[in-house]
This record gives sequence, structure tokens and C-alpha cells, in this order.
Amino acid sequence: MTSSVLLVREHESGGVQELPPDPGTTRRKRARFTPIVLLVPALIILAAVIGWPLVQLFVMSFQEFGRAQVFGADAPFVGLDNYARVLGDPQFWAVLGRSILFCVANVVTAMVLGTAVALLMNRVNRFFKTLVSVGLLLAWAMPALTATIVWGWMFDTQYGVVNFLMEAVSGQDFTNHSWLIDPFSFFVVATIIVTWGAVPFVAFTIFAGLTQVPDEVLEASQLDGAGAWQRFRLIVFPYLRSIFVVVIILQVIWDLRVFTQIFALQGIGGIKEQTSTLGVYIYQTSIGGGDYGTGGAIAVIMVILMVAISVFYVRRSLREEEQ
Amino acid sequence: MSGVRTKRSTSILLGAASIVVFVFSVFPVYWMVNTSLQPNNEIRGSVPNFFPQRLTTANYETVIFDPGRAPFLPALGNSLMVTISTVVIALVFAFLASLAVTRYRFRSRKTFIFAILIIQMIPAEAMIVSTYRVLDGWNLLNTIAGLTLVYVATVLPFTIWTLRGFVNGVPVELEESAMIDGCSRTGAFWRITFPLLAPGLVATGVFGFIQAWNEFLLALVVNSRPEMMTLPVWLRTFQQVTGTTNWAAIMAGSTLMAIPVIVFFLLVQGRMTSGLVSGAVKG
Repeated sequence: MTSSVLLVREHESGGVQELPPDPGTTRRKRARFTPIVLLVPALIILAAVIGWPLVQLFVMSFQEFGRAQVFGADAPFVGLDNYARVLGDPQFWAVLGRSILFCVANVVTAMVLGTAVALLMNRVNRFFKTLVSVGLLLAWAMPALTATIVWGWMFDTQYGVVNFLMEAVSGQDFTNHSWLIDPFSFFVVATIIVTWGAVPFVAFTIFAGLTQVPDEVLEASQLDGAGAWQRFRLIVFPYLRSIFVVVIILQVIWDLRVFTQIFALQGIGGIKEQTSTLGVYIYQTSIGGGDYGTGGAIAVIMVILMVAISVFYVRRSLREEEQ
Repeated sequence: MSGVRTKRSTSILLGAASIVVFVFSVFPVYWMVNTSLQPNNEIRGSVPNFFPQRLTTANYETVIFDPGRAPFLPALGNSLMVTISTVVIALVFAFLASLAVTRYRFRSRKTFIFAILIIQMIPAEAMIVSTYRVLDGWNLLNTIAGLTLVYVATVLPFTIWTLRGFVNGVPVELEESAMIDGCSRTGAFWRITFPLLAPGLVATGVFGFIQAWNEFLLALVVNSRPEMMTLPVWLRTFQQVTGTTNWAAIMAGSTLMAIPVIVFFLLVQGRMTSGLVSGAVKG
């Protein structure tokens, strides 16, 4: 009997079940003790490898911390100097603005294309649906780094297949056209790479949501004379609203912290100063430039930004989980 | 009559759109494999070969046996050691933690789940320098153990969150009835619940594997010594040292790195959709 008290089930309704007041038996004490023991290994790892560096990062952002300090020199506290330097640096604002623009462009592109593909999968027959799914899965499975390098080869200045196809289609001369040297064109390529990897996730998630929209409602509205766009806007979209919110937030989080694609693309060609996003900029300031204090201040700003967005998202998904 | 015709032309249009989506999705993967199977001098023509004219494995031999300043085999070894240890340790720790948050009620349970999800969102980009310094302090830079430790912490939140879903999916009544029949609590768990969880453990483990296998930034910072590189860092180094002179070999290297991921991903993707929506498997 006591044992069944220990096995309190997770409640779908979300009401927190409090354990009855502690009667002081050893059995009960174990019940309180066991979950903590089970959590300890995970907690130790997270505290040591995420928590402790996070504290260090925060401290470092208030210190003068350069190469000398890495080799053991004292790191004097400089108050808010690092932050003042970062916030007064036009380069930082350029990077931040670029990151946000890139993020917005990528989220919008991936959402529009992903939704379109999901609607397409919902309309076509079994054969075409399988065809599209197979293609999307392959793109989804491709590691970000290999994808970037492969796209880099396809956009190669001399022998890239893209230049060949552009020339064949447009009839204009694309011989030795460099896609990465111009910052705008660089970001167009980066957007293609990121979108290519993101559309499968968006499409599959929204497609899963679409299958939950009742057919009767759609048929009824069609009989009432609603066109395709009206049906999407007035019926499908409200059903999928929460899925859209979740997918958009996740895309914002992922695209704002984009690193691999930009970094690898800069390695293939492209001017670092004009194409760095927030993550790459932190890498260049700290690892490349050796200014860990300033890099730390930018990193703290980035952590705060990301955690603020995440808290909103996590609250929401936990609430939905409990409904 | 005209209604039938619009219907048919719509379905032709949708079929064509499906083919466009398919081609656009598959083409880069195809192009990678296609390039990797051609002699390097043949990919440098004015017209690219859309199919290999002369199939060759020479590029793979170059990558594996003669990669110059970026040796492939040690990187493969490092990647295997780091990812496999990461998956095993993360699964054990996450499994224990997921039991705690599903089968028990305790006061800080919700705080723990909330913290796990937030930790998952902290960008590695911001943590590189302090992670480097902390590992340096423990003399774990450029070691398998150090990188494994970092990866365990990286995949742990996602693993706990996903396993929690799988454990929740096994009704606790099954354990309870086994206990009524005389099983101990632990016995009931191992005999009843654990076997039912096996597929979930495999799927979660595979996703941890993919995350660790693909991770690039932390490996770049923490294991920068050539002999301690993992495959992603190796691939980028290989691309840098060969420059634009040997794209065929670079594509062979890319293929070698991508194939295990693609195979594993296709095996488990169906199981993970819900976890993906709530979690974060992405570079």
C-alpha cells in the first residue's frame, strides 16, 4: 500500500499532487530521497560544464582579460568598461543588425516555403507525397557543415554548377562569377543553405498539424463558397496557430545563433568583416582577436537575448504539455 | 467539362511542384556523391558532368590514405570515441533523471524541467571561451575525455526531455500490477517498464549520436590540435588546406562524414517528431 503511494502518476490535468505530510517513516524518507539521487549525476555534469563556465563568463565580462591573463596574469576588474566598449562600437551594432536581418529573412523564407510544401503534401497523391518526403528527409539529415561545404562547391566561382545553370537559363555570362565576395550575395547564398536545411522541419511539423484539421469543416466552408486563400486564412490557420508560434520561435532561436554555415562559408570565400553574425563575431573577437573580456561581454548580451526568447517559448510549451 | 479540365491541370501543376521540391531537396546530396565519384580533372571542365563519366574511388583513397596535412583516420577514431562515450554516458544519466521527473513527485520537479529546457537554449557560441578556460583548468583540453564531458552536457537536456516523454508513455499501472503480484519496485521497473522503453532509448541515443557527430564549434575550440580533431573540424581543415584545388576529394570527405548521419537519421526520424518540436536537434 505504501508502495503505491510512491508511484504517483504524472497527471494529464496538470494539477500538482503534493505528497501527504511526512509521517516520518523511513519508507517515506526514501521516497523523497530517491528522485534527488537519480538527478545527481545529471545535475553534477550540467553544473560543472554549463553552470560553472556561465559564472566564469559573467565574471570575465567585467574583467580586463586578454592573452596575458590566459597565461596566468591577474585579471583586473574594470567594471562596465567591456560593456561600454561593446555598446559604443559601431561594428557591434552592425553585426547585431546584420544578425537580426539575416534571422528575419531566414525565418520568413523558411516559414513561407515550409508552409507551402506542407500544403502541397496535403493535396497530392500518395506517390508524390512519398517523393517529397524522401527529398525533405535527405535534406534534413545532412549535417550543417557538410551542407555548407557542398553548397560552397556548387556556388564555386570557376567550376560551380550554379554558374553553369545560371548561364544556361539566363543566357547571360556567369563565367567566373563570384557569389561570396559581395556581402549581399554572400547572405543570399547563406540564406539558401540555411533555408534548405530548415524547410523540412517546418514542412513536416505543419503537415502533421494539417492532418488534424477536420475535413468536414473544410468541406462545409467550401460549400459556403470560401476560396482556397479564405479557407487557409480563416480555418486552417486558426487550427495551426500554436504550431506556427512554436515553429517560428524555434527558427528565431536557431537562426539568431547561426554559426557553422556563416563560418564555413567565410572559409570558402567572403569578407569576414562584412559578413559576420553574432556567433561568428564572438569567435573572432575572443579566439581570433584574443580579447576575451570584450568577447565575454558580447557573449553575455547574446545569452541574455536568447534566454529571454527561450523563457517565453519554454513557458508556452510547458503550459501546452499540461493541457 | 471545364471543371474537369481545371481539376486535371491543377493536379499536373501540383505534381510538377512536387518534383521541383524533390529535385531541389535532393540535388546537393546528389551533387556531393556525384562529384566524389569523378576524377578531379573531370569536374573542372566548362560543362559539369551531371552523371559520372568515369566512375572512380580515387578520391576516397586520397581522403583515407593520403590526405596530406589533415589525416582522416585519426579524426574518424576521435569522432567515434567521443560520440559513443557521449551517447552511453548521456543515456544512463538522462535515464535516471527522466525516472526522477516522471515516476516521482518532488518539490523542485517543475523547476528542474524548466531549467533543463532553458539550458538547452544557451548558445554554445557564447560559451566557447569560458568552456575553454574551465577545461584548461582541469587539464582536459585536447583530450577525448574533455570533449566527451562537454558533449554529455550539451546533449543531456534534450535526452532527458525526450526520455521523459517515452517513460510517460509507459503506463505506471503496469508496474503497479506487477508489484501487486509480488514484484519489488525495482524488479517491476526492470522487468516491465524497461523492455518497453528500449525503442525509445535507441531512438534517443541515435539522436544524441547525430548531435555529437555533427558538432563543430566546441570541437574547433576545445580540441584544436591536429591529432585530436573530430570529423567536422577535420573536414573544414581539409577543405582549407586543399583549397579550391581538389573539390572531388573534399566531396569524398563530406560523403564519408554525412553517410552515417543520413542512415541513422532515416532510421529513427519517425519516432522523434514530438521531441523535435519541443526540443532542439539542430546545428
